[in-house]
Amino acid sequence: MIEPNRKGEVWVFAEQEDGHLSDVSLELCGKARELADQLYVPMAAVLPGWNVRELSYRLIAHGADRVYHLHDTRLEHYRTQPYARVMCHLIDKHKPQIVMYGATPIGRDLAPRVASAAKAGLTADCTDLAIGDYLDKKTNVTHDNLLLQIRPAFGGNIIATIINYDRWPQMATVREGVMRLGEGDPGRSGTIVDETVEFDDFDLAVKLIERHRTERTVNLKGARTIVAGGAGVGNKDNFQLIHDLAGALGGAVGASRAAVDGRFIGKEHQIGQTGTTVRPALYVACGISGAVQHRAGMEESAKIIAINWDKEAPIFSVAHYGIVGDLTKVIPMMIKAIKERA
Amino acid sequence: MGYHSIVCVKQVPDTANVGGDAMKADGTLNRAALTAIFNPEDLHALEAALSVRDAYGGSVTAVTMGPLGAAEVLRQCLFRGADRGVLINDRRAAGSDTLATSYILSRAVRHVGAFDFVFCGRQAIDGDTAQVGPQLAEKLGIVQVTYFERVESFDARTVRLRRNIGNGWEIVEAELPILVTVLDTANVPRPCGARRVMHYKRARTNGELGQEVAAAMKDADDEARACEVANRIERLRAQRLLMDQWDLDDIDADLAWCGIAGSPTKVHRVQSIVLTKEGYVEIPPSEDGVRRLVHELIVDHTLS
Repeated sequence: MIEPNRKGEVWVFAEQEDGHLSDVSLELCGKARELADQLYVPMAAVLPGWNVRELSYRLIAHGADRVYHLHDTRLEHYRTQPYARVMCHLIDKHKPQIVMYGATPIGRDLAPRVASAAKAGLTADCTDLAIGDYLDKKTNVTHDNLLLQIRPAFGGNIIATIINYDRWPQMATVREGVMRLGEGDPGRSGTIVDETVEFDDFDLAVKLIERHRTERTVNLKGARTIVAGGAGVGNKDNFQLIHDLAGALGGAVGASRAAVDGRFIGKEHQIGQTGTTVRPALYVACGISGAVQHRAGMEESAKIIAINWDKEAPIFSVAHYGIVGDLTKVIPMMIKAIKERA
Repeated sequence: MGYHSIVCVKQVPDTANVGGDAMKADGTLNRAALTAIFNPEDLHALEAALSVRDAYGGSVTAVTMGPLGAAEVLRQCLFRGADRGVLINDRRAAGSDTLATSYILSRAVRHVGAFDFVFCGRQAIDGDTAQVGPQLAEKLGIVQVTYFERVESFDARTVRLRRNIGNGWEIVEAELPILVTVLDTANVPRPCGARRVMHYKRARTNGELGQEVAAAMKDADDEARACEVANRIERLRAQRLLMDQWDLDDIDADLAWCGIAGSPTKVHRVQSIVLTKEGYVEIPPSEDGVRRLVHELIVDHTLS
């Protein structure tokens, strides 16, 4: 752990695989830039890898003032311990005040290991990050300019704001798509700082024997229209209706967590806090009650249609159009109406 | 010979089935309205440990931290084949965040004794953080293999494991001891064994015996109750039905790293969800209503 360091930078762990930067890293750069400006400190990205130096320029374009770059064959593919060593070493050396990670399989493997080693706090799956003050009522001490780590908790029944005022850095993970991906300004300038880290035998104890990457088969983030189904769809057979409507609209198929847990459809279709966050032109929510975790992943859609038999369902609170009725009747009507117009 | 596994399990509120009475009028949680269940992914962690033991010999010890009632998940582990259950119960552990929790669990694991594997579910459904597994591995000073799906090969102290990394999979090789976090796609948890249920349904922790005696002997004095508790403890111990219950002193935990004091993250504010009814256009569930909706979406270019 490091002491609170008001001059500390705001950092983003820049995640790359096979020389491709993850979108979430660039999204986080945008948010980190905003927070750094509020705090009047520089924003930096940490980029471990092998032959990935040129990715630094994209990080700079998206807001980084500095990129701590590591070039080492042992960092070519992600492994927990060498990457954790890099983060711990650099945190200790440069004492950032905030470190953000994408809540990807890699980020969720790495960040807690680093947090434990650094004895620092970590909040998972934040849906918003802001700077604010905190008055500790017990000691009557106000802690200025803390990172407010905002996330739904407890089955989505509450929104919690988490802070960490004494054991820094303040760390958080954020799902892909939660923060907006900016355009990036190729004209921005920044510095690349080449760093090296020593590894011991323990760091290199886990060997990567084989790895297989599959291309993403579901592209929810890029879809203009999404039709999503929830528990109210009832069963896997009925879920075909969701596919049919998506087909008629030329859109992608999404699902709430309840539908995924019910095995109506695979996890890669899940929308919400622990799934994908989307902002399509049209979102049709069918049989989705609309728990806050789900709404967190879709409420910025330009147009939302909710179909649900329960007129009290929370999904209607974010809907532009609501149809209170039986989706097994309403969806076929919609498909028919769309085909009439085609 | 064989491998000694420790499985960390958690009793969680059933957040997937939260009823309308889950929140009180003042916006705080109504815990009494939530049923407590075995965290789903932890059942897969238990199964992974049991299948290693069944194939190669050794033992499986289930560890949980929680209130006295959390002993129920330990009994569930015994019903499914675990050899031993350990409850970490201490008021001073209340308010622990994931860092403090992993510290306390690391002390408990060390106290259980020598081990080859620690298995954890990837995450618990009440927080979905997936942090305790990796943090526990770091506290124990051992390597972690997250998102475990299956064992590829086993060679004395060297294991090759396949992990699911979301957009694909990889096989990693590690030397024991290791900590493994298990996905729900890794295996199918075995059901409770009928004979084991018959046998272990009477398994209790000290604390549970104390509660039972207090309820059964309301009018007795403290001495009589203490005597009865001691009797019951001895009886269960003789039948190997006494589950371990340890507090923070038993596991030599440094209190500076436990509970609220040991937790860097603090809850600053909790807001219950207030739905903002801004109103929406209600479309009647009729052919005509739906047709007008589609027309409107085409006119405003939402649909091309």
